[in-house]
Amino acid sequence: MNPVYYLYLAALLFTIGATGVLIRRNAIVVFMCIELMLNACNLAFVVFSRMHGNLDGQIIAFFTMVVAAAEVVVGLAIIVSLFRTRHSASVDDASLMKL
Amino acid sequence: MNAENLIALLIAAPLLGAAVLLVGGRRLDAAGHWIGTILSTTSFVFGVILFADLLGRNADDRTLMQHLYTWVPVAGFQADVTFRLDQLSMTFVLLITGVGSLIHLYSVGYMEHDERRRRFFGYLNLFLAAMLLLVLADNYLLLYVGWEGVGLASYLLIGFWQHKPSAATAAKKAFLVNRVGDMGLSIAIMLMFTTFGTFAFGPVLSHVTDASEGRLTAIGLLLLLAACGKSAQVPLQSWLGDAMEGPTPVSALIHAATMVTAGVYLIVRSGAIFNAAPDAQLVVTVVGAVTLLFGAIVGCAKDDIKKALAGSTMSQIGYMVLAAGLGPIGYVFAIMHLVTHGFFKAGLFLGAGSVMHGMNDEVDMRKFGGLRKYMPVTFITFGLGYLAIIGFPGLSGFFSKDKIIEAAFAKGGTEGWILGTCALVGAAITAFYMTRVMLMTFFGEKRWQPDEHGHEPHPHESPKVMTIPMIVLAIGSVFAGGFFSIGDRFLHWLEPITGHSEGDSPISAGVVTGATMVCLVIGVGIAYLQYGRRPVPAVAPRGSLLTRAARRDLLQDDFNHVVLVRGGEHLTRSLVYVDHTLVDGVVNGTAAGFGGLSGRLRKLQNGYARSYAVSMFGGAALLVAATLLMRAV
Amino acid sequence: MSPQLAAYATSTGEAFQFWVLGTVAVIGALSTVFMKKAVHSALSLAGTMIVLAVFYLANGAYFLGIVQIVVYTGAIMMLFLFVVMLVGVTAADSLQETIKGQRWLAVLCGVGFGVLLLAGIANASLKNFAGTGQANANGNVEGLAALIFTKYVFAFEITGALLITAAVGAMVLTHRERTERPKTQREQSEQRVRDGKHLPPLPAPGVYARHNAVDIAGLLPDGTPSELTVSKTLRDRGQVRDVSAEALGDLKALEQRSEERLERTPVEPAHFKRSEEASK
Repeated sequence: MNPVYYLYLAALLFTIGATGVLIRRNAIVVFMCIELMLNACNLAFVVFSRMHGNLDGQIIAFFTMVVAAAEVVVGLAIIVSLFRTRHSASVDDASLMKL
Repeated sequence: MNAENLIALLIAAPLLGAAVLLVGGRRLDAAGHWIGTILSTTSFVFGVILFADLLGRNADDRTLMQHLYTWVPVAGFQADVTFRLDQLSMTFVLLITGVGSLIHLYSVGYMEHDERRRRFFGYLNLFLAAMLLLVLADNYLLLYVGWEGVGLASYLLIGFWQHKPSAATAAKKAFLVNRVGDMGLSIAIMLMFTTFGTFAFGPVLSHVTDASEGRLTAIGLLLLLAACGKSAQVPLQSWLGDAMEGPTPVSALIHAATMVTAGVYLIVRSGAIFNAAPDAQLVVTVVGAVTLLFGAIVGCAKDDIKKALAGSTMSQIGYMVLAAGLGPIGYVFAIMHLVTHGFFKAGLFLGAGSVMHGMNDEVDMRKFGGLRKYMPVTFITFGLGYLAIIGFPGLSGFFSKDKIIEAAFAKGGTEGWILGTCALVGAAITAFYMTRVMLMTFFGEKRWQPDEHGHEPHPHESPKVMTIPMIVLAIGSVFAGGFFSIGDRFLHWLEPITGHSEGDSPISAGVVTGATMVCLVIGVGIAYLQYGRRPVPAVAPRGSLLTRAARRDLLQDDFNHVVLVRGGEHLTRSLVYVDHTLVDGVVNGTAAGFGGLSGRLRKLQNGYARSYAVSMFGGAALLVAATLLMRAV
Repeated sequence: MSPQLAAYATSTGEAFQFWVLGTVAVIGALSTVFMKKAVHSALSLAGTMIVLAVFYLANGAYFLGIVQIVVYTGAIMMLFLFVVMLVGVTAADSLQETIKGQRWLAVLCGVGFGVLLLAGIANASLKNFAGTGQANANGNVEGLAALIFTKYVFAFEITGALLITAAVGAMVLTHRERTERPKTQREQSEQRVRDGKHLPPLPAPGVYARHNAVDIAGLLPDGTPSELTVSKTLRDRGQVRDVSAEALGDLKALEQRSEERLERTPVEPAHFKRSEEASK
């Protein structure tokens, strides 16, 4: 088996995650889909690391995880405060920026 | 003091009067009419002084110039306020101020019971000032100022009784019709400027040969259009009859001394241009001939004494324009007829006003009759004016009109015969309708009836202040023509300005005079048979087709209505349609297109974060596709 | 087998592992997207992440594999679940699309993007796999540490600052500053009286009923359930069980059973009829 299949899997997972972001309305699920996309990227980085025989790809994946953690913390806080004010976790309800 | 410096005072006096009377307000009500009369007379006195000064000079040195200031001091566009007093201007100045002052005097009596008399005199003075500016200007631009001033003053005076809708309409009509002519003048001035680089009389008229004949013909025709507007010539004649809505002194002023003479002045003053453009000259003679017959026919059918006189004015001005179109053969006689006409037409109008004054402002001649016993002074002065206008031998009209008919024949060739015949026929018709006016007004049985309130008019002679001007004008009507003609005094006076040539008449002067006399007798005879022998019916008979058409001013208003008003309406309607469908269609279509487009685009901005995310995702997909494509290429 | 070839072609075991776990990962991802309840989505995502951790390990990223399980699946997903519990009162999302054309556009873009991505990968000639054997010679963690503290030290420091900022930001976002004096108990009770709300403690669930579970509404004397006895969260979720009819049904069954036991026959209406006729 060629390790390049890992890349196909990463692309597939990324696409599924992106589509999920677009389809789901629950902000938490949308967030999960974003995490899925990040993880797909991480997988690709790890495979790249293997491909090139050095650890830089893993380092990038590591940083991605850190940033993802920070993003999750802030994002969930936003969702919580949004839910407090609007009593809804639907992203469609936060649509005040239209005419 | 130099004589030149008096020229500005000629204009200043009536202008001052107008300003004082119009600005002064009610406190001048008591003395306003005398202020106006005195200032107009002052102007006349200045005119006489200047006339004496001119007479004391050589015939070649009779042009006085007064430069007041530079009006438009722009390089390449120099317009000066300069006055030019030569023999031609002098003639007009004396006519305007002299007859004008008499009309002022007459108005003192005529307008006695009008509470807006002060304002009336202010307008009269304004009229005189504008007319004097017109004839004294040394360039066409300044002349245009006077020209427009005359238009304004005539508007104010014709519509003086503005509470009457008919008067207001007539004033508007006169103003509008005049605008058409004014436009001709303004375009002519522009053409002149582009052709000669200036519009001062001297340079323009002495460099006429520099320009092409086509250009000159265009300028000449535009000047003729202007003259048609002011002088009520066909096809811009329709305002004159309605202008009778103004007070009678205004009619006298417009018809005798000012306004309608302006067109003749313009043509004679621009004689050099017309001399170099024979086509334009021919059109001028045609317009004159048509108008003289047109006015005469209209005059025959009118029962309104003032409108009959208005038709007569149109006809007589037609004679003058005809003469002016003949070139150097006729210029002098055009002006001479203008002066004599100024006397007798003013007299006739003042007489008509006097009759109306005595008849409770009745104007229908069918309700007059036998008035000679009630108002003898009016009868005599009106009668002398009548004899003068029909060209009774020895009176003013005889000399001036006879000369014009001679000059028309002297044009030579077929044109000469046609024009001369027209002038002869016009003389016959003039004799007919003036005799008709005379007979219906002063002879026969009295035909006036009590009005609906039971007030029967009590015809009475007018006061002295009105009769004295009439007497003075009657004297002018009788003797002016003879005084001018004996020894060709007028010819020699005006010749340095206008030039003169005898032409080659196919028939001798004696034959022409004889033919004129025959025409005169025929015209008077027919009128006597129709109106002197038989009683005049109180209600106008239906009359022939021509009579009915003539009563409607030969359908001039109908013609204007059908051709101009309807045509204009259709034109504007179609333009509006084009504007609405095409122009607005494009504009609105563009707007609607953008509106619809933005309406659709706006839907993209629905505020849903997910929609925006789709756009971003789609964009990312396109970027990937682009990258792959670039790599593939 | 040369090292290069080993890197190039993976072992059969890894291939087997990839196909099995890869299928699980895709199913988990799809479940994340399509599960109605947020909790199910979170659990599916956790499964996918664990699979990915295994893949990291298989690719020689030992440190990342462990971190993936500990940090992602252990911490971040728990944080998700915590928020789901906090927020997810509306238990099930409606998957009905409300924005016109959104779903089709999303699927179209997704498919297009996926196809392009896959085509791109297939197009790139990725034949040469070096393998991580050389890089991991001194241990994976040591290798990463060497890089982090030398080459990537600046980025590393900055991520530290980012994490602190994120923590403070989360606190700021969720913390509500009290701008007025809190109400005393007395004031709160006065307010309740003024608003006409329910004054005494709410009745307990399960009263007058055979069950005393919290999701069963207490019955009023006439046998109808009282909403007040169940907590608002359960009511909103629609998880209240109504047992009022059940009690009556039980009673009926009991009566029937006792009748059968006592061999009583139901009273014959005709019998009464006849006696009435006899008395006549």
